[in-house]
Amino acid sequence: MDTREKDIEKLKDYKYGFTTDIENIKAPKGLNEDVIKFISNIKKEPEWMLNFRLKAFERFKQLKEPNWQKPKYPKIDYQDLYYYSAPKSMKDKPKSLDELDPKLLETYKKLGIPLQEQARLNGIAVDAVFDSVSVATTFKGELTKQGIIFCSMSEAIQKHPELVKKYLGTVIPTTDHFFATLNSAVFTDGSFVYIPKGVRCPMELSTYFRINASETGQFERTLIIADKGSYVSYLEGCTAPMRDENQLHAANVELIALDDAEIKYSTVQNWYPGDENGKGGIYNFVTKRGLCKGKNSKISWTQVETGSAITWKYPSCILKGDNSIGEFYSIAITNNHQKADTGTKMIHLGKNTKSKIISKGISAGFSDMTYRGLVDINSKAKNSSNYTQCDSLLMGNKCGAHTVPYIKNKNFDSNIAHEATTSKISEEQLHYCQQRGLNAEEAVGLIVNGFCKEVLQQLPMEFAVEAQKLVGISLEGSVG
Amino acid sequence: MTEQIQIDFDKIIKSADISDKDIEAKKKYLKKFIEKGFPNRKQENWKFIDINQIIKKNIGDLSFFNDYSLPNKIDPSIFVDGFEHNKIVFINGIIEKIDFNYEDKNKIKISNEIEKKFLFDSENSLIDLNNAFTNKTFKVLIKENYSLKKPLIIYHTINEKIKSKSINLRLDFELEQNSSLRLIDFFADNVNKNFINILYNFNLKKDSILKNYKIDKFKNDNLKYSFNNIEQETNSVSETFILSAGSNYFKNEVNCNLKGKYSSAFVNSIFSLQENQQHEIRTTVNHLAENTKSYQLIKSVLGKLSKAAYQGKIFVNSKAQKTDGYQLSKAILLDETSEFNAKPELEIYADDVKCSHGSASGSLNENSIFYLMSRGLNYQQSKELLINGFLLDVVEKITDSEVKNLIKNMIGLKE
Repeated sequence: MDTREKDIEKLKDYKYGFTTDIENIKAPKGLNEDVIKFISNIKKEPEWMLNFRLKAFERFKQLKEPNWQKPKYPKIDYQDLYYYSAPKSMKDKPKSLDELDPKLLETYKKLGIPLQEQARLNGIAVDAVFDSVSVATTFKGELTKQGIIFCSMSEAIQKHPELVKKYLGTVIPTTDHFFATLNSAVFTDGSFVYIPKGVRCPMELSTYFRINASETGQFERTLIIADKGSYVSYLEGCTAPMRDENQLHAANVELIALDDAEIKYSTVQNWYPGDENGKGGIYNFVTKRGLCKGKNSKISWTQVETGSAITWKYPSCILKGDNSIGEFYSIAITNNHQKADTGTKMIHLGKNTKSKIISKGISAGFSDMTYRGLVDINSKAKNSSNYTQCDSLLMGNKCGAHTVPYIKNKNFDSNIAHEATTSKISEEQLHYCQQRGLNAEEAVGLIVNGFCKEVLQQLPMEFAVEAQKLVGISLEGSVG
Repeated sequence: MTEQIQIDFDKIIKSADISDKDIEAKKKYLKKFIEKGFPNRKQENWKFIDINQIIKKNIGDLSFFNDYSLPNKIDPSIFVDGFEHNKIVFINGIIEKIDFNYEDKNKIKISNEIEKKFLFDSENSLIDLNNAFTNKTFKVLIKENYSLKKPLIIYHTINEKIKSKSINLRLDFELEQNSSLRLIDFFADNVNKNFINILYNFNLKKDSILKNYKIDKFKNDNLKYSFNNIEQETNSVSETFILSAGSNYFKNEVNCNLKGKYSSAFVNSIFSLQENQQHEIRTTVNHLAENTKSYQLIKSVLGKLSKAAYQGKIFVNSKAQKTDGYQLSKAILLDETSEFNAKPELEIYADDVKCSHGSASGSLNENSIFYLMSRGLNYQQSKELLINGFLLDVVEKITDSEVKNLIKNMIGLKE
């Protein structure tokens, strides 16, 4: 809050146009063409990029904020937000771990996150503690050898404009829904990945290894392209709790898989969920969409959503290429006053396309969890199939769990199967665990982990272990 | 449309014998309907099949005027043969005959006092339309501890005088403690291209049993909309069976409020659709008390260019612990142009519940056809056998054996 007030103070002095002081670059409050031009200018973007943004903005002006979702939130004043501010200088950041909230440190300890990483997560001047630059460069060297491009979006616009121009906005066009269009107009940065033909990416790519990744801001834009016959596994987020000053997060993620390519995208989201009374917390309104453009391509989404006050996202697959496969594995946990409305869309357009949806929702406290999904099999998608399973677990009678699947079958050759259950943890299971010496909380953690196993298995190894602990921690205080 | 509807409305008001108070209420509903118009796909409940478009395409200009003063002759040939039953006959939206010959007259009371409260703040503009245009409305009250000896069949017919008209019906039923009613809605339409809007309100008191069977079997070009509101008290049971096959368009809505402990609701339904038919079922089961139960089974067989939709919602209030809710929808698509949409929804606020749903759609299993053909049946026979078996499953759910046999005979399903 303090920083915000300071910012406002600073703005009062602002008279002569945009400031150019590197330390304090900040666009004025509000959303208009000038702000977009300013963002584009400061990032030295080519003209086509600016036009892309302006086109999106034109469209944005005509759009209305959607309100059909389950979790309602107070109205956001889009003219009251900052759309660009440069990364904070080292001066403003905490100097050491001692300055951090002890509660946060406690959680780190439970998750087993090493000290150095803890420091990095909180943006403590890392070079003093942990030489991230060298780690990152080692990895970068290896990737470059294979021809893989892994850099920030801004860098990609400068260095690989032909790729960005060709693919940006092809999956989430500038004419999309409210938040996606807003992102197209004002996105600041994000990741760009290109895997060349026939290359199998030798490691899990993670934002963690990219320098400056932590300050991408609230309007992140990620573009991943897997060229013919390539494979990539991408990790986003981390298990450690993340705090951010921006309340609204409206990121866009686009995945494109060409012939025989495979993309695996894993997310662990643990943004600040607000306090026990539901005050504060982040609105996570993300648009994620993958296009299986080529034949035999595959896109797999895995997500563990434990944070944010409101999560509202539907990672989707458009199965355009024949024989393409889309998968969605999700765990969403809500506690206290958190709200989540999440699910997926599988749009079958090509022949012999297959999709699988496994969604596990757990709600506790006063929270609300909704699975909302669409399976749409087009009349041309001969011999396609879908399997959906969504299970919900309820803890306490103050929370809610909802399932809203939309199933559209326009093809008689295709099969759709959908199953959903809602229940609570059985007393017998709890009793059994407690009899063997676990306390109530541990028992719940164990049972919930079993409930989520199918999804946790899909996560990359080292991630899975942390995620498992995270599941337990997120439900703390919900039993007893 | 707005001008026409106002003119038609004034004409009806003039000719009909309605009290001033009712006229005021009707005017209010008409105003509400004119504001909202027919529902369209922008509304969540009408997302899959858009009634507004269908009316435009099939009927064009709909007339709302219905001359209730004309006499109508009952055509006895429509009556179900060899099956003893009580009758209510609707012709062109007017009740022409009420006949409870098999029953004790003291145990059944027929009056004009219908329930008005629950429909006032309805978001559904078709209910407003119904309220504005229904002529005479009746309430059938079944007294305490009385079970009707024979089923009641309501015949829905229209004669040649009616074309491109909107017809609105309304009936209320109240089942007092420990009473029971078997009700069959039988659609026998001779003329085409009308929009029929039926509204039933059931009030089930403690321990009462309602069985409602809706049979829309004969091919016709009418568009129908039916809304059943069922209020259930402790230990009451409602069973709804819908055979949705004949009309060009038919949307059935069933809204069950399980207000009393141990009450239960069952909805079983068959879609059997051919060329250009578009049918939909939307159910809402609200579990509002402990130990309530609901079960829904919807099966569809869809031919060329047909489209079916199922929207089912189970709502569980935080008080309704120990709820048991189940939905299952299965569809067989027979042609590349057939389409099935489903939205089985769960909204749950209580933790000690058992709720689940399943939905599957696909083509006939080729292996099963091969099996039957290898035993000497031809392709067509095998297909029919499989489809019959698939649908028989739903008919078997009917708990009343008399009605079950009647329905089996009617649709030609043999065991």
